[in-house]
Amino acid sequence: MQMKKLTTLACAAAFATLSGAASAQISGNTVKIGVLTDMSGTYSDLAGAGAVLATQMAIDDFIAEAKPAFKVEMVSADHQNKADIASNKAREWFEREGVDTATELVTTSTALAVMKIAKEMNRVALMSGPASTPITNEQCNDVTVHYTYDTYALANGTAKAVTQQGGNTWFFLTADYAFGQALEKDSSAVVTANGGKVLGSVRHPFPASDFSSFLLQAQASGAKIIGLANAGADTTNAIKQAAEFGVTPKQSLAGLLMFISDVHSLGLQATQGMYLTTGFYWDLDDQTRAWSKRFFEKQKRMPTMVQAGQYSSVLHYLRAVQATGTDEAGKVMAQMKATPIKDFFGKNGRIREDGRMVHDMYLAQVKTPAESKYPWDYYHIRQTIPAEEAFQPLAQSKCPLVKK
Amino acid sequence: MEIFGVPSALLGSQLLVGLINGSFYAILSLGLAIIFGLLNIINFTHGAQYMMGAFVAWIALNKLGINYWVALLFAPIVIGALGVLIERTMLRKLYKLDHLYGLLLTFGLALIFEGIFRDQYGISGQSYPVPELLQGGVNLGFMFLPIYRGWVVVAALTVCFATWFVIEKTKLGAYLRAGTENPQIVQALGINVPLLITFTYGFGVALAAFAGVLAAPVYQVSPLMGSNLIIVVFAVVVIGGMGSIMGSILTGLGLGLIEGLTRVFYPEASAVVVFVIMVIVLLVRPAGLFGKA
Repeated sequence: MQMKKLTTLACAAAFATLSGAASAQISGNTVKIGVLTDMSGTYSDLAGAGAVLATQMAIDDFIAEAKPAFKVEMVSADHQNKADIASNKAREWFEREGVDTATELVTTSTALAVMKIAKEMNRVALMSGPASTPITNEQCNDVTVHYTYDTYALANGTAKAVTQQGGNTWFFLTADYAFGQALEKDSSAVVTANGGKVLGSVRHPFPASDFSSFLLQAQASGAKIIGLANAGADTTNAIKQAAEFGVTPKQSLAGLLMFISDVHSLGLQATQGMYLTTGFYWDLDDQTRAWSKRFFEKQKRMPTMVQAGQYSSVLHYLRAVQATGTDEAGKVMAQMKATPIKDFFGKNGRIREDGRMVHDMYLAQVKTPAESKYPWDYYHIRQTIPAEEAFQPLAQSKCPLVKK
Repeated sequence: MEIFGVPSALLGSQLLVGLINGSFYAILSLGLAIIFGLLNIINFTHGAQYMMGAFVAWIALNKLGINYWVALLFAPIVIGALGVLIERTMLRKLYKLDHLYGLLLTFGLALIFEGIFRDQYGISGQSYPVPELLQGGVNLGFMFLPIYRGWVVVAALTVCFATWFVIEKTKLGAYLRAGTENPQIVQALGINVPLLITFTYGFGVALAAFAGVLAAPVYQVSPLMGSNLIIVVFAVVVIGGMGSIMGSILTGLGLGLIEGLTRVFYPEASAVVVFVIMVIVLLVRPAGLFGKA
């Protein structure tokens, strides 16, 4: 595993002398952003190098816009989806390298480990990749922001829409670990609340490559909808094999966590008509298109919601440091929570006291090959789920920071 | 009708699916068993070679316009040739050393190959379409069987038994087996043993690539598709008995069936069941079910 220092960006010396008073509170006059992500494993397409690029773009844009009196640096490392590697690296960054914030953190187990260390060391943790709701519930703390999406929002978007449109009997194919079980639980609750019925579920090992046995069980259940409570390669393999075994189109699939990278890799033939919930789509409006095209030029792929969220969260953080003139976690967090988020990613965004960044989410339906007119033209946006409805209400929160 | 609370139709279909997976295990473990039997090398690159077989098929289709049927021959030749190169330049130097050295070398190579493909194609993988002739399926009454899966079983078993026949029943096979037992004497009889060994490694690798092409339309063609499978295949070889040709074929099929049944009765354990069996077999028959103690 290698840690890379990708860039060191200097600012104008004249500015440094002029604003000496403010920058005195920034340790070493440098804000250091650590990107801790999956660079080589299952999630490296949806986060990985693209998340590092997004961070760099955020830093470049911030320097161009704010001309800060301090330096901004980035370091990145591969946590290999392992909690122990993630926590060792985070500790090293915080203790010895003066890193101010650990960001991205796809895979819930790494996120939960690092947010504890961030709290202990009084640094900020910005989570774009992980999905599980405990980050802002039982395990919440006041230095963590959960930025892009979570299992509640996914279930609330996809399961609700599909059930309301007549898909009222469900069978779940669930990855047998914390994330899959959380997704199944959240989705089952939404299905039942909307008048649907869960006929059963099967827990498959993680990771699995052959889904035929599980799909046959789902087929035998007779459920109208087969909910895929898994992610990454598990989801893509399950979708591919469902078509092979004639499960679809008689029964429909609902991908409870799908990224545009999955749709791209499977192709529209296999994914057409599927519903999914996303926090971002590149082709939403002029702003998203402009940013995504810049991203595409460097990465040769359109950004996933995790990568777009990563950009937005880092920019929001840097603006808060600029506004407060300090990199002390408490003050920066207070500023971040006090400032609404309005950029191409975070429409109507704000960070709640539990650390949840709420913003508009989108219910998308995958286009048919005939409907897709140009490269990466993959989604119909069927519904915008307003920020205040998309996420778990604070009244249901189990986070001790929420005053009731 | 129900058997242990499971409808018999579902049970029948699960057994069939188990047989399909078993065919993959059989053909992969066969390659490993041949290589181990003759070269004494634990070929950890096998999973990567399987993956590269699938990728060569994908590249051939999308960049060169080579269809599936040609790829079935083309990919094993390309990857087999790469295997020959590896044997000639690297593995050859390790035969006299402990198994561990060969294992480390091939494991390192596997990581390098996977890294190259990950860098070029990303982790999510590519889709390979089912060839036109084999699209669709047949309704067997108790299940819908995709024609392609049926083809996988037929193709894999044909290749497996042909290989077994060549090694056990022909003159070439006799040279191979003799070369394993006592290379010096066979060499003294005028047979080019080093060439035989190179050819064997190339053939074992080609089997992996062949399995890769068979797998391409079924699974996403992705850089990690082999590393997920290789550990199970190693367990299959250990259970069957290291180096036993028929043992690895029968064990592959049998474990596919057992895994299929586990997926019905206790799906959470389906990833572990092979290893539980491995532990039991090692305790009772340390040389494996078909191995010679």
